[in-house]
Amino acid sequence: MTTVALKPATMAQALTRALRDAMAADPSVHVMGEDVGTLGGVFRITDGLAEEFGDDRCTDTPLAEAGILGTAVGMAMYGLRPVVEMQFDAFAYPAFEQLISHVSRMRNRTRGAMPLPLTIRIPYGGGIGGVEHHSDSSEAYYMATPGLHVVTPATVADAYGLLRAAIASDDPVVFLEPKRLYWSKDSWNPEEPDTVEPIGRAVVRRRGSSATLITYGPSVPVCLEAAEAAREEGWDLEVVDLRSLVPFDDETVTASVRRTGRAVVVHESTGFGGPGGEIAARVTERCFHHLEAPVLRIAGFDIPYPAPMLERHHLPGVDRILDAVGRLQWEVGGR
Amino acid sequence: MTVMEQRGAYRPTPPPAWQPRTDPAPLLPDALPYRVLGTEAAAEADPELLRRLYAQLVRGRRYNVQATALTKQGRLAVYPASTGQEACQVAAALVLEERDWLFPSYRDTLAVIARGVDPVETLTLLRGDWHTGYDPHAHRVAPLSTPLATQLPHAVGLAHAARLKGDDVVALAMIGDGGTSEGDFHEAMNFAAVWQAPVVFLVQNNGFAISVPLAKQTAAPSLAHKAVGYGMPGRLVDGNDAAAVHQVLAEAVRRAREGGGPTLVEAVTYRIDAHTNADDATRYRVDAEVEAWRAHDPILLLERELTERELLDEQGKKAAHEDAEAMAADLRARMNQDPELGTKDLFAHVYARPTTQLLEQEAQLQAELDAETAGPEGAGR
Ligand SMILES: Cc1ncc(C[n+]2csc(CCOP(=O)(O)OP(=O)(O)O)c2C)c(N)n1
Repeated sequence: MTTVALKPATMAQALTRALRDAMAADPSVHVMGEDVGTLGGVFRITDGLAEEFGDDRCTDTPLAEAGILGTAVGMAMYGLRPVVEMQFDAFAYPAFEQLISHVSRMRNRTRGAMPLPLTIRIPYGGGIGGVEHHSDSSEAYYMATPGLHVVTPATVADAYGLLRAAIASDDPVVFLEPKRLYWSKDSWNPEEPDTVEPIGRAVVRRRGSSATLITYGPSVPVCLEAAEAAREEGWDLEVVDLRSLVPFDDETVTASVRRTGRAVVVHESTGFGGPGGEIAARVTERCFHHLEAPVLRIAGFDIPYPAPMLERHHLPGVDRILDAVGRLQWEVGGR
Repeated sequence: MTVMEQRGAYRPTPPPAWQPRTDPAPLLPDALPYRVLGTEAAAEADPELLRRLYAQLVRGRRYNVQATALTKQGRLAVYPASTGQEACQVAAALVLEERDWLFPSYRDTLAVIARGVDPVETLTLLRGDWHTGYDPHAHRVAPLSTPLATQLPHAVGLAHAARLKGDDVVALAMIGDGGTSEGDFHEAMNFAAVWQAPVVFLVQNNGFAISVPLAKQTAAPSLAHKAVGYGMPGRLVDGNDAAAVHQVLAEAVRRAREGGGPTLVEAVTYRIDAHTNADDATRYRVDAEVEAWRAHDPILLLERELTERELLDEQGKKAAHEDAEAMAADLRARMNQDPELGTKDLFAHVYARPTTQLLEQEAQLQAELDAETAGPEGAGR
């Protein structure tokens, strides 16, 4: 076994590398979107791809999201594997009609005869001081649409592995990129990237015994930080990173909560009608007799994403998470 | 000096680098809908093609009548007839080579059957059985699209992909007049023109979007005009003249195949029947208008031409009608059988591999069905 040199790498670099490797491995992979060619995307995720693979493989499209996704559908019908970039979360909305009426259900409406292998990359979430329409957490809309896979990485290694898996998937995948983690660094070997993770498996990021924090994407590092801080309070928190919202890994989540008996769901998206409601219900249905307390949710407020100068009050932070853990009726179970 | 005066004095001229990207002059060649039948151009039309068009028109008309009858018998949930528009439908199908693709909307069932898809499978969606009854790859016909204009960008993407792969495949996408107001129409036209994709857009302007007349849909002089702004040719054709529609589409297909890019064709026609069997057309139009269009019936126009040129005799007509009758009888017989519905299909085609959640739900439904079959005792209550 060779020892590999681990170097610090950013999530953005891992995503670029995943696109590059996927394009090199399979000539049917095409990258398309606004400014993805010469500029390399506004976040530079497609940097160098047009140069290496040509304009036909990495294409600057006209500025029209429904057109981008709609033409990608036709390309997938003809055997290509388009990887579409939506420039920002809130600018994917013009493409919703295509996404919901066609992308998500083409396999279903043709009785399996016409699957659509396409990946829709969307930088999402807040925390980067973006102005209006640049910080939405839109995952609940995608989760509510049968036929779509919805994944979101929280680590550099997962960014690479999940994106490769998404592009290889024979089903459409909404690939949500937590934009505030683009520049987060991990030790990673860019020469021999990790094997591709299968879509649909959650991972326990931190073992613990007092309670489980169930989270994903941009909130994973926040929960890990909260778990460290919780040690001072005498709580040993487990952190589950879902990685894939659809399909949902009931097994990993359920096993964790049965062990700890307490759970808090943490995400940036709104609480009302948000992903946490679904997750809390699933956990309650499966773990009711193991639970020492109700499943709590720590989410963004039920407001349109706030102005950047106020966003720190909106985003779930360590204190809010610890407060929730504190409310888990410790007197019942004893501490 | 006031601002207004300043404005008057300032005459901006584009910097010398500016020039139109394409020569706008040839983009809109027709002042009036182009016609072949009853004109000198008809003499040049291939008699064999005219006969094929005729046979398909007669078949198409019979199909419209039969399918409408099936709605009355409850065998079809709904049927949007294309009576009066058969020429557009048939020409759209006949103009394509086998390797080409057709992107139909819900009204384009005749184009789909003329392309060779089984008439019963074509009606699968409309009978309320599984959404798309046919395998789109088998005849290179996309599923009938219900959301308006959304199939147009698919056609563009497919044609673009084919060209990237080096295949000389053309996609023909069909849409109604109302659908041209949708954003996806604009986006598809623009992508097609920018990419020079081998696509032909066929707008069947049948006068109405359900009840809304064209004048309330657009202020454009014609729908063909819309092509100009995108930098592609727009053609205006008499949609009831099968020979003209075929000729204009054939030119557009040839251009696309040779790398000349997309064309927008507006076929001016009329919807003789109501929007669907569920619609009451007397609420928004008068009989006199319908009667005027009946006199311009696509089958009559072609029959007159063929008869005058002695390309069709009574026997030929009879043969066409007998063929149509046989198709209708077969359609009736097969549509009168109850379709076999499989509940497994509910879960089988959502993802390549069903999720655990779907497998659980499938088991739940199976248990419910088992309990139903077993009856009250079997349920074990
Ligand atoms: C996006 C969308 N909006 C509304 C409808 C409902 N609808 C069905 S058919 C129709 C009228 C369409 O008219 P037109 O495009 O002229 O086609 P035609 O029915 O005349 O063939 C409407 C509004 C729809 N199918 N899709």
